[in-house]
Order: sequence, then structure tokens, then C-alpha cells
Amino acid sequence: MATIRVELPASLCLLASVPHEIAVEVAGAVTQRSVLDAVEAACPQLLGTIRDQTTKVRRPFIRFFACEEDLSHESPDEVLPEAVVSGRAAFLVIGAIAGG
Amino acid sequence: MSQVRLLVGTKKGAFVLTADGKRKDWKVSGPHFAGWEMYHLKGSPVDPNRIYASQSSGWFGQVMQRSDDGGTTWAAVGNKFEYHGVPGTHQWYDGTAHPWEFKRVWHVEPSLTDADTVYAGVEDAALFKSTDAGATWAEVSGLRKHGTGPAWQPGAGGMCLHSIILDPVDPLRIYIAISAAGAFRTDDGGATWKPINKGLYSKYIPDPTAEVGHCVHHIAMHPERPGTLFMQKHWDVMRTDDAGDSWQKISGDLPTDFGFVIDVHAHEPETLYVVPIKSDSEHFPLDGKLQVFRSRAGGNEWEPLTKGLPQSNCYVNVLRDAMTVDRMDECGVYFGTTGGQVYCSPDGGDSWEAIVHDLPAVLSVEVQTIA
Repeated sequence: MATIRVELPASLCLLASVPHEIAVEVAGAVTQRSVLDAVEAACPQLLGTIRDQTTKVRRPFIRFFACEEDLSHESPDEVLPEAVVSGRAAFLVIGAIAGG
Repeated sequence: MSQVRLLVGTKKGAFVLTADGKRKDWKVSGPHFAGWEMYHLKGSPVDPNRIYASQSSGWFGQVMQRSDDGGTTWAAVGNKFEYHGVPGTHQWYDGTAHPWEFKRVWHVEPSLTDADTVYAGVEDAALFKSTDAGATWAEVSGLRKHGTGPAWQPGAGGMCLHSIILDPVDPLRIYIAISAAGAFRTDDGGATWKPINKGLYSKYIPDPTAEVGHCVHHIAMHPERPGTLFMQKHWDVMRTDDAGDSWQKISGDLPTDFGFVIDVHAHEPETLYVVPIKSDSEHFPLDGKLQVFRSRAGGNEWEPLTKGLPQSNCYVNVLRDAMTVDRMDECGVYFGTTGGQVYCSPDGGDSWEAIVHDLPAVLSVEVQTIA
């Protein structure tokens, strides 16, 4: 079981009543999918806000970053960087910069 | 003493405004859901403490909220809106076929008899229903599939189902309106629907008297006259006295009959309110003067109501769900503007006062009259 740090945008923190950074427990491979599954399990208010509830596809204006890399277009089943898996770095969920 | 509670949805959050029956001293609570677009909030007529709210964002999608304590605390409920079966297509702006895609909830309409039942009007246009207080939603698919759906086309604001009127006498009868498809009615609880657009004339569409394709902006009904509806269309103010089977133009002497809101006095079924807007290309009041127009004759003869409203340099809009009336002995009328003002008239429109001046752009205003 790995403890993964996840940073959320302010609007989602407000929605889920959680701080900017949360920690979730992930069993097995640490991927975008397994991390987001854990985030949604911990914060069911976020269902549908990061990815589609049925297809699990990332919403268009959401981006995923870690270790200063844009992982948004990586496979959701790709293992995340070791620094995220070990807890040294956070997995960032970011609202794309677009308008006001 | 009775109280009133205003539920105000804005571009950047929701606000709850409360006052006693005098409607002079207001307490403002909010912003709730700060930063989110709050298209609509509405309380249950069965249980005024039960309020449903539509919360959305271009980034994070649709969230539905419910309060069981009159708007003090809120909890996210179900937000899974899936069209029934294969969604199919409607017309896109260029006339090509475009897949039905859920975008947001424009309007929530709680049941008149059950606090756990609520309808949602969504974009792309469809009607959804929840019977478990918002936990789950199912499409009332007879509307979208009744036959004309593939011919519906979005208006400039999107193809939204924005008006839902539940008949207080006949529980099987529901009216809805869609921009830019028109008005529809079911007489069997939603299984089958018919367009009710006969008499509408829209000169900017290929067939001005088409069965569907009219840009209806809002419809309103007085609960004691469920067969009479009033409509603010893209242009034209209309009424029907046969449940939508035929409409007559009642714009009369209005200075312009473009606008978005329309509502009916709580105790006078022939007293109407509209806010004329200059045109479809200039979404602000004529001559920079904010005027509500009232008809006491069910239309055609209108009087401007200006006392307390800005009469110079006012270029706000009043959107389709941003007017409401309370049920106090002396009917209160309320509306919100895209400039962030919410105005109250405690005397049926004779005089107005801004409750708040500087909210984000107001998307919707609903009022609850609480004994």
C-alpha cells in the first residue's frame, strides 16, 4: 500500500471540504487511474468533476502534473513517477488556465 | 410573522437573502459554492427547508447540491446525468447532425407534492427526474424521443431546457420550454409529449410558423389558472388560454417585446411583469433606463414601473430565471441583473429598492414565502 499525495484545485477543495493537499492510500500499481479511484473513494463529492463518471476519461479542462511534467496525455494505466509513488512528490490535479 | 427567503444564483456562487414580511431589512448569507456558476436554486413547496441547487463549472462539470436546513448547510448529491439509450443527434448551429451531449443543469423544479421528487432541465435539452432527493437521476426520455428531437437546434446560449411548470391541478400535466425548440406539454406524466407552439411566429427561422424551432425564453403560470400560460419569446410576449394549444401575441404597447423574464402576480392572475430588453444584439434596457413593465389586463396594455430603478446609464440584462414573486398579502416582486443587483418591490411593482448592489452576475432568483 502506497500513500500518495494529491494536490487539488481550490474549487474542488471547497466542494469536498478538504485541504489543498490530501493523502490517499493506493494498493497495487500507482497510476493515474488507481490514484483517482482512491481520490473519488475518499471524496465522493468529486465524482464526475475530474473525469467522466462512466468512461473515466479526463475532463477537457483538467490537467495532471507531477515532477514538473505534464502527464495529462499519458495512459491512465501508466505507472506514475517513482517520486510520486514514494511520496516525495505530489500528483497535481490542475484546472487548465482558460478564461475567468 | 411570515418571512421571505430569496435564493440567488450567480456566476460565482449562491446567496441566500432573508427578511421578515416588511421586506426592508435583509440578511445576506454567502457566497455558497464560491467561484462556481449557480444556474438555479429552488425550494420544495412541501418542505421549505429542502432546497435543490445546480452548481457547475466549465472545468469541473455539473454538481448537484441539496440543503435540508433552508440553505444553511449543503451536501453534494448525485450528478450522473445519462441520456436514456443511444443519445442520437440534434441539429448543430450549421444544420449538421450533432450528438446529444450533457453540459449542465439550467433549472431545478421540485415536486408540488413530494419533497424527494425533483425535475432537472438540462443542456443539451432533456428533462431528468429524481425520486430520491437528488441521489440518482433518470431521463424522462419521452420528451427527447417524441419525434422532433433531431430537428432541435441550440440558441445562442446553448440548447437548454430552461422552464419546467408542474400543473397544480393535474399531476400528469407538465409544461417545459427549450431554447431554441419551443414549448412542449405532456398529459400523461412524461410518457408522451406534444409541441405546443401554434401561434408563435419567428421570422428569423426558415418556416416562421414551424411546429418546433422557436426560441422561447421563459414561460410562467398562475397556479389558479393552470390552463393559462404567459411566454416571453426571443421577440414577442405571448399568452395561451388553452394549455398551449394556441398562442396569442400580447406585446401590445411595450416599447420592445424582446426580453427574457416573465412572471405573474401571486394574487392577480391577469397581472404580468416583463423587463423589456432593447434587442437580441443589444442585451440591455432601452435608453439605459431599467424599467419593469406591468400589465393588469393579462397583456397588451402595459405600464412602466421605474420608481427606485436606475433611469440613466444602466446597461444590465435580466436573465430568464431571474424574476420571481412572493406570496405575501401584498405581493413582492424580485429580479436580479447581470450587474449584480437584486431588486425588491414589496408593493407589487410600484416601487423598487436594491437589496444588494454588487453580487456577481445574477443567473436566477427564486423566493420562498415561509409562514
